[in-house]
Amino acid sequence: MSVTAWTFVIVGLSFALYIGIAIRSRARSTGEFYVAGKGVSPLANGLATAADWMSAASFIGMAGSISFLGYGASVYLMGWTGGYVLLALLLAPYLRKFGKFTVPDFVGDRYASQVARIVAVVCAIFVSFTYVAGQMRGVGIVFSRFLEVDVTLGVIIGMGVVFFYAVLGGMKGITYTQVAQYCVLIFAYMVPAIFLSIMMVDNPIPQIGLGGKLAESGTFLLDKLDGLHEELGFSSYTAAGGSMIDMLCITAALMVGTAGLPHVIVRFYTVPKVRDARLSAGYALFFIAILYTTAPAIAAFARTNLIETVKDQPYEDAPAWFTNWEKTGLIKFEDKNGDGKIQYTGPASKIENELTLDRDIIVLANPEIARLPNWVVGLVAAGGLAAALSTAAGLLLVVSTAVSHDLLKRALRPGISEKGELLAARCTAAVAVVVAGLLGIWPPDYVAATVSFAFGLAASSFFPILIMGIFSKRMNAPGAVAGMVVGITFTASYIIYFKFVNPDPSLWWFGISPRGIGTIGMLLNFAVAIPISRLTAPPSQEIQDMIEDIRIPKGAGEAHEISA
Amino acid sequence: MDDRESRRAYWGANVRLLTALLLVWGLVSFGCSILLADWLNGVRLWGSGYKLGFWFAQQGSIYVFVGLIFVYARRMHRLDKKHGVAEDDDE
Repeated sequence: MSVTAWTFVIVGLSFALYIGIAIRSRARSTGEFYVAGKGVSPLANGLATAADWMSAASFIGMAGSISFLGYGASVYLMGWTGGYVLLALLLAPYLRKFGKFTVPDFVGDRYASQVARIVAVVCAIFVSFTYVAGQMRGVGIVFSRFLEVDVTLGVIIGMGVVFFYAVLGGMKGITYTQVAQYCVLIFAYMVPAIFLSIMMVDNPIPQIGLGGKLAESGTFLLDKLDGLHEELGFSSYTAAGGSMIDMLCITAALMVGTAGLPHVIVRFYTVPKVRDARLSAGYALFFIAILYTTAPAIAAFARTNLIETVKDQPYEDAPAWFTNWEKTGLIKFEDKNGDGKIQYTGPASKIENELTLDRDIIVLANPEIARLPNWVVGLVAAGGLAAALSTAAGLLLVVSTAVSHDLLKRALRPGISEKGELLAARCTAAVAVVVAGLLGIWPPDYVAATVSFAFGLAASSFFPILIMGIFSKRMNAPGAVAGMVVGITFTASYIIYFKFVNPDPSLWWFGISPRGIGTIGMLLNFAVAIPISRLTAPPSQEIQDMIEDIRIPKGAGEAHEISA
Repeated sequence: MDDRESRRAYWGANVRLLTALLLVWGLVSFGCSILLADWLNGVRLWGSGYKLGFWFAQQGSIYVFVGLIFVYARRMHRLDKKHGVAEDDDE
């Protein structure tokens, strides 16, 4: 069977599976719609969280980034996993004990402030929409590359599938679909990695294979790669380099941002007990770690393979995948010196570089570069779609919950019935899917530029007030609001100034890039919130009792309300 | 034991535990993987091609993170029981 036929079959089967699961797990109450009735086992929640978290960027882009940046890409690996430690130790158990549905619920109740609630709702919607547009785009791209359909049609098909299970099933439907999607995506990621590892270093475990010796020459793979990089004038693959303070700041901003993202936090409301919330974070990180520790291996295998395949080869003899991917624009070759050979060189080389490679090529073309069977290519397409769809669905749910629950029920129309709220939730989810799809078809320029800053913004706004809301009984509404406003204003201004107004790295404060500035914004948030809270009246006794209560697991079920 | 007293002891033990775990968290990520990476790269992970700093940055720190959460979950479960604040105590 051809690559396209295999892709259609595998993608079709995976979609049928997701829809089948959605039909079986329809939501019947708002509790089921928002938090799956709090009946998800910690293991299933861990799987669902992993799928929710790993987006098209993790699946397609991560290995590519590592491949081109080497050691420098470690900030993403550590940033996007280390955040789960913060989440498990500092947030998840307490928010589960608090027991309402959303992050704005906690902010609004803890600080007894409608202003804080609305600010949180707006932040949640903004962050989620920026993110979801990227996912829909990812769906469209996978469709167009593997199935040769138009990007627009691809996005519409993706929207249809998400629409079906998110609107119908709510969190309950999404959770069980995500469990299936995790299985699809991890299988699709591991199969080519294991094949490559066996072929190149004769070890079926990629994480060990990365440190192994090449089967043909007996030198260590990483030494070989460092050697190739030096020869071609690229910076060393494994050596530490770059600005240390910037690396520290970016890593911290990504970690803290991860712990502050609403679609991740909300997953920990779905488990039955506080104990399960802690355990579930462990499972989630374990399942994420399988992919994140494999990515560096794929990156190095593919990089070595790629360099050896194209280095100084005559263009006419280039393999079929090379010319195939050239058509998509992901590979660009320009024979500058006219010798008919491919010169691929780095900035330190005297020879001019003739080859431009898109980062996504590493995962997308990997099966072809390694000459793996056709069904593996179809599997990778299904995996990319699973990653993009699962993340999109989780984010859409945050948006619909923010509107129907936080805005409508908790702020504008408190008297709304359970049925009315559920209907509102479904309608907003439907509208959100359509808007997200439109953003995917016509992505505004700002999306690509801002999505990587969402972490910095979440780090400088949400995270400190959530932490202090739990760990400091003295923290009050004026302190929290002031901290949030200062943190996010500072971070957003720095990003906008150095990204759009005056993009000159030599002017960065202490050499900190806009991606890392969220860390400073977070510190400012703390530095403003603490003194202001000490100078103003402490929170009421009622709120202090509530904080006492969320600090202990006992009585978790009681705080749970389904309808008013 | 007095209920308030017991709760305070429980919270104190919780904060001590998570401070210790977060120290390890910071040590493997900010410490071994960034600040000390260059220095650790002078050594290799036994018998492999991994330079130690590089290994921490792309593999080791992630393994430690996973371990930390499970240690926390286990330890807290024991603390919950010891201080009588576990959820199962109601039943």
